[in-house]
Amino acid sequence: MSVRLFVPCDAGALAVGADEVAHALHKAALERKVDVEIVRNGSRGLYWLEPLVELETAQGRFGFGPVTAEDVPSLLDAILADTSHKLSLGLTEEIPWLKRQTRLTFARCGIVDPLSLEDYRAHGGYKGLTRALTLSLDAVIAEVTTSGLRGRGGAGFPTGIKWKTVSQTAADRKYVICNADEGDSGTFADRMLMEGDPFVLIEGMTICGIAVGATKGYIYTRSEYPHAIATMTKAIDIARKAGLLGDKIAGSNYTFDLEVRTGAGAYVCGEETALMESLEGKRGIVRAKPPLPAHHGLFGKPTVVNNLLSFAAIPFILDEGAKAYADFGMGRSRGTMPIQIAGNVKFGGLFETAFGITLGELVDDIGGGTFTGRPVRAVQVGGPLGAYFPRALFDTPFDYEAFAAKEGLIGHGGIVVFDDTVDMSKQARFAMEFCAIESCGKCTPCRIGSTRGAETIDKIRRGERVSENIALVEDLCGTMKLGSLCALGGFTPYPVLSALKHFREDFGPQQPRLQAAE
Amino acid sequence: MTPVYESWDAARGAEIIAEHSQMEGATLPILHALQETFGYVPEDAIPMIASALNLSRAEVYGVFTFYHDFRAKKAGRHVLKLCRAEACQAAGGDALAARVEAKLGIAMGNTTADERVTLEPIYCLGLCATAPSAMLDGRLFGRLDEARIDALVSEAQR
Repeated sequence: MSVRLFVPCDAGALAVGADEVAHALHKAALERKVDVEIVRNGSRGLYWLEPLVELETAQGRFGFGPVTAEDVPSLLDAILADTSHKLSLGLTEEIPWLKRQTRLTFARCGIVDPLSLEDYRAHGGYKGLTRALTLSLDAVIAEVTTSGLRGRGGAGFPTGIKWKTVSQTAADRKYVICNADEGDSGTFADRMLMEGDPFVLIEGMTICGIAVGATKGYIYTRSEYPHAIATMTKAIDIARKAGLLGDKIAGSNYTFDLEVRTGAGAYVCGEETALMESLEGKRGIVRAKPPLPAHHGLFGKPTVVNNLLSFAAIPFILDEGAKAYADFGMGRSRGTMPIQIAGNVKFGGLFETAFGITLGELVDDIGGGTFTGRPVRAVQVGGPLGAYFPRALFDTPFDYEAFAAKEGLIGHGGIVVFDDTVDMSKQARFAMEFCAIESCGKCTPCRIGSTRGAETIDKIRRGERVSENIALVEDLCGTMKLGSLCALGGFTPYPVLSALKHFREDFGPQQPRLQAAE
Repeated sequence: MTPVYESWDAARGAEIIAEHSQMEGATLPILHALQETFGYVPEDAIPMIASALNLSRAEVYGVFTFYHDFRAKKAGRHVLKLCRAEACQAAGGDALAARVEAKLGIAMGNTTADERVTLEPIYCLGLCATAPSAMLDGRLFGRLDEARIDALVSEAQR
């Protein structure tokens, strides 16, 4: 008999032994003289179950996990004998954590072989581009505008308007840049998609390039993501050979090509103007805006800079129509958001759902609370520049405006869960320290404010003139917020002020305390 | 799996620079390629890049020093990067980092006296749902606990 198994090659799965499992499966199959085909798929995003091994059957895929290399002999025996195994999870699609999701952007991730164009097409791939090529360029942009898609990097700027600005700006050359410089702790959606479904990004960027009249696109990603870089680079080669990049894309008269560029460990390059400086081969120093990148971007040319998740939403929008996307969501936040639940959480992973779900549902219900079993005390939403939320705000719906109203931001959709051993003055200090390490140095509030902020929080932690120093930190945060050129200095106050506001009891002379995860 | 690097050789360096010099914004790709080949960016390469790209030495040096990734000298035989960002902090990463520093007898950002291990902080490997995590010579490790991190440190010390 022939058996078809799936073992993810996602970095998150590799970090917990997926390669060892795949190797053990090969070996066990040889010993048993059975024909086993192992497909290296992306991750389904159910990370507490990784490595998640799946078996293809007529009823669907059956999941087993988390599998270790030691489990493999008994697992393969059970699969061959068609008996149950202690790691059996039943049909993967029926796992409630997955079933509750609305997967539009991540529809294929974890299902297909990431580098199989056939697989991609068989699961609806390139239907968006095909439809886009039947529409006028204005109509393509109108679809994006009508879908209500907003920048998934966190700023939430309407994607369609950005595209329209670039399309209307005359130039001899235009660029499309995918911001895949996913530096926020607690986020991994870009990485997962590049490793699990790279063609969706290629298709989304191609549609954008055609719509705005750009011929060259760059995917700027992080050196910390070697697996994503490798997969993305191979996928671009495959698409080019298939006539889906380069001249006369898919038989049309349009030209568009892509290239992956790797950053070098600078967080600030996730800011779009610093990113462009870096792509130009310079220090990643933030530019003042205006001029907007849409008018004067990479090498001075009109440039669309969108987050990876924005581009990856495009093929669905063009294929199914703007309304199908806009039907999901709440208020001015339309469609779905791939939310990443991480840190000290029992069921961590990627949960794509319509906007409007509450923070409490995400943390308690879907995340299952902490893996240490201790009470959840704080969650940081939106990366190192996002606010810390206490339980009292867990009724906040996941929505750009609702988070802004609570002095927070959704950012790139990362949620980091902390238990009650967290020391919030230490977290506030870290926010300042991180800003000091990563500041590009161009503007004074960020460059110097972050260092002075860390020093002043140290004084508070030592019990020196606590109330005066707290007032000083609050004042400094005001200066950073209003006086910084970009979101690094401008948003570092979010974690600091939220920690001060909601966890004031942690700011003062330090008492001995429990260590996290003890 | 110790990475193997070539010794600095100006002709080889010039060849690498020439391979990339026609790219748009070639500075970072060249610096990456040099570091991949030699394990660091040799000081002698800076004026060579400047001349190939028609930039000043100061500009190239400025780029080289701006980015955390680029090294001015070779790292230890093994490079252990511990993720120090919030998701790993929430999962007990601080205690693990302190444990590794104590075991190796060095602080973050340093190399052991025998030049076997370089220990570096990294701000997010994107393995936040399987935290705490680390990278040893390019290999990834998640769900670290004391036993697993001790094994990694011993492997790096070998």
